[in-house]
Amino acid sequence: MEIVFFLSAAVKAGTCLLYATLGEIISEKVGHLNLGVEGMMQIGAVIGFIAGFTSGNPYIAVLCAALAGAAGAMIYGFLTVSLKSNQVVTGLALTIFGIGFAAFFGKAFVGKKVPEAITIFFQPVKLPFLGDIPFIGNIFFNQSVYVYFSYFLVIMVYIYLYKTKWGLNTRMIGENPVAADASGIPVDRYKYFNIAICGALCGLGGAFLSLVYISIFPVNVVGGRGWIAVALVIFAMWNPGKAMLGAYFFGAMDIASFWLQTYNFPVSIYFFNALPYLATVFVLVFTSMRKHKNKKEPAWLGKNYFKEDR
Amino acid sequence: MKKRLGVILVVLAMIVVNVAGCSSTETTSDTRDVIKAGFIYVGPADDGGWSQAHDQGRAKMVENLGGKVETIVKENVPEEKSAVISTIRDMVDQGATIIFGTSFGFMDGMAEAAKEFPDVKFEHCSGYTTADNLGTYFGKIEEPRYLSGIVAGLATKSNKIAYVAAMPIPEVIRGINAFALGVKSVNPDATINVSWTNSWYDPTVEKAAAEALIQQGCDVTAQHQDSTATMEAAREAGKLSIGYDSSAATSLPEVYMTAPLWDFSGYYTDRVQAVIDGTWTSDQYWGGMNDGIVLLDTITALAPGVAQAQVDTATKAIKDGSLIIFTGELKDQTGTVRVTAGSAITDEAQLSMDWFVDNVVGTLQ
Repeated sequence: MEIVFFLSAAVKAGTCLLYATLGEIISEKVGHLNLGVEGMMQIGAVIGFIAGFTSGNPYIAVLCAALAGAAGAMIYGFLTVSLKSNQVVTGLALTIFGIGFAAFFGKAFVGKKVPEAITIFFQPVKLPFLGDIPFIGNIFFNQSVYVYFSYFLVIMVYIYLYKTKWGLNTRMIGENPVAADASGIPVDRYKYFNIAICGALCGLGGAFLSLVYISIFPVNVVGGRGWIAVALVIFAMWNPGKAMLGAYFFGAMDIASFWLQTYNFPVSIYFFNALPYLATVFVLVFTSMRKHKNKKEPAWLGKNYFKEDR
Repeated sequence: MKKRLGVILVVLAMIVVNVAGCSSTETTSDTRDVIKAGFIYVGPADDGGWSQAHDQGRAKMVENLGGKVETIVKENVPEEKSAVISTIRDMVDQGATIIFGTSFGFMDGMAEAAKEFPDVKFEHCSGYTTADNLGTYFGKIEEPRYLSGIVAGLATKSNKIAYVAAMPIPEVIRGINAFALGVKSVNPDATINVSWTNSWYDPTVEKAAAEALIQQGCDVTAQHQDSTATMEAAREAGKLSIGYDSSAATSLPEVYMTAPLWDFSGYYTDRVQAVIDGTWTSDQYWGGMNDGIVLLDTITALAPGVAQAQVDTATKAIKDGSLIIFTGELKDQTGTVRVTAGSAITDEAQLSMDWFVDNVVGTLQ
């Protein structure tokens, strides 16, 4: 039974990563490397908590977290899409800004408790039928509604990117904005839209930590998990399904050492903390050897599109 | 060109906002002949734990000394030499004449800064490097930890107690051993199950560690961590908790039994007063419950009824010197005798403790 509990804890630990990773995939698919994930998660975590604390309503809390994350992303969007500034620098600045923003606005709320109504709303609920499947049921289908929503999002993001016209256009812009522009696709509008979605999802990922995972608001609840999400995008090779697997793998590594320590397992905690990044390096080496188009980064990732240069 | 300028301006603006969010300068008075005292914290001043205990001591000291002192506070300073030194330079520039560094990892930075500024007095908490203008201070937190062990040992029904701990360094190990001996004094069958997080403050990690221990059958949690996450895990699982650093009686009344606490106000008041009087000298202070620098919080109604009387007896024995916590015979996990029967442990052996007493389950790496 312990292994079941461990795996269900891994799913819980991986959920905040999954939200952020799905967001970053969407942003990178349109060609925008947004290193502000950590910052947007911080903004989402603090605004989600403040909204939840003052309103007591889980819907308002989640909505505000998503909007706040999207607003943070729009700063990045305006700078990189309209002003064509360097994506890496702008993303890093957004992270620094987000951490400061969260520290500044969160200060008054440190030590405050998530209202009961929200805690009850996000309590683990066992799903009928699915929850009764042995093994799998307890791992995946005895979770918070926040976790269930992330399963739904994986499917939605997949459908959006691969089964809709908008997704096709999005991917085309990421691969070749010149051709996309020439065929009449409104490049900037698509970029703004996808960047905003990325921010909203990162905001949701951050709010998961402050509203569901921890119930008393701490300082710096995200604690660097945004960077893991950035690595996870590469690990998942820009694929929403693999992002799900990767998020749970990274989540499991995050907590593995606590379970192994009690069995006197002679491996340092630092090894487990390093393992996700080691795995990412392997995936990078592996994919660059295979040269498979689908598994590589979008061709225009990190490059800004100047219409005048065409 | 315009584009690049725009980016630079935005980045600068963000950094300014960030800095404004992270640091603060507290001024209490602006008369001329006040002295300035600097305080460097490893975490936020309101972390509900270690840094908060220091900040409360600082605030009380300011109150005690009236208008004679101003304080400069810097939060979230990383435990890196360069960061510590630049923080100290900044504080000296602002006129600080005594600087308190409140984390072990500030030691090397403070030692170097003490050479750079021979006229400034430095006080380092929990370290061992000293100089003419660098003193150390610490408290025997193991005394109240032993007492909290008595409460935990009486409260546990499964005879497994969770202990979420930060880093395997002597300070933390000493606390775990003292706690374990407190447990043993009332409940020889109970074990203390230790999990390391390798972080002083990371709520999500602390909670995951506590959840793992609870799942393995622990029904009381204790912690050497700066956040309340361990107690939150206990609350969700319907268990009981021993806190640390700050009282959680109001924030987590469902689980909180008691906690070993720090009270630095008396020490800070004495030391700053000594600077004002010109009598400050470098010292290695290590106070116990008799000085009031460490104490056990009020025991709540959740603790077993007999706990209060047992704790009171032990408190009295600690204060009058008849109970010395690390007295033999003490065996380590392998059964080797570390302290022989009847003799007390030496100070050096305490300061370099790297072994667990025999009722602790866990590894030291």
